[in-house]
Amino acid sequence: MDLRRDVFQAIADPTRRAILLLVATQSMTAGAIASQFDSKRPTISKHLLILTECELLKREPIGREMHYHLNPNKMKEIADFIAPFQKLWDDRFNKLETVMKQYKRKS
Amino acid sequence: MELKTKVIAENNKQELTIEREFDLPASLVYLAHTEPELIEQWMGNKVLQFEKRNHGSYQFETKSQEGMVLFRANGVLLNLIENQSFVRTFEMENTGFPIQLEFFTFESISETKSKLKMHIIYKSVEQRDQILKMPFAKGINMAHDRLEEVVSKSMP
Repeated sequence: MDLRRDVFQAIADPTRRAILLLVATQSMTAGAIASQFDSKRPTISKHLLILTECELLKREPIGREMHYHLNPNKMKEIADFIAPFQKLWDDRFNKLETVMKQYKRKS
Repeated sequence: MELKTKVIAENNKQELTIEREFDLPASLVYLAHTEPELIEQWMGNKVLQFEKRNHGSYQFETKSQEGMVLFRANGVLLNLIENQSFVRTFEMENTGFPIQLEFFTFESISETKSKLKMHIIYKSVEQRDQILKMPFAKGINMAHDRLEEVVSKSMP
């Protein structure tokens, strides 16, 4: 099966969400990340791979070590996903407010 | 510009919460949702039918200037509590989207302020995400243009 690799798949898993929170403030090595979880190291590696493929995490060599850090631009895609919907309702409700304020004045 | 409306769509859930505070008493926001004339004025749809009673049905429609039907939706109203809440089913006709269930709550904050909560339940997570991905902008803008006309005409 071809796995869908987008940001929504990335954040669908609670462990992956925890990893994102973990690296939000500082970059970390795979070992350091794995040490925060009870899961087996290969499980964490798999999560890191998915997050990297979705571009939510970036790999960066620092010295001889590979560090992972958050890609905030990609996180924005999640917020952008519901933005048009929010705009739509906001516009509608603004109208509602206008219409009803006029209505109030009439009655 | 900051949007006053909050849309909460948690990942992997088949529901959606929409919240908005109004500078209006709860009774007026309730009225805006349950009086056909008023619904037409802010939603930009025609209201073909609206029975304001438990188990009453409603139908909305938007046509293009050429008379083509752009949008038609229908449903049933349930559990109406005057100025407080109601539940309705919502079905977009000819789209293949399954029916959704919508809980409307009108909360009074003060004499002049209120909060509307819409809690929408979709048939599945996929359905919700598909609806969120729909290109709203175009159809809605058309509806809004029409609405603008209506509102500006009705102004003194």
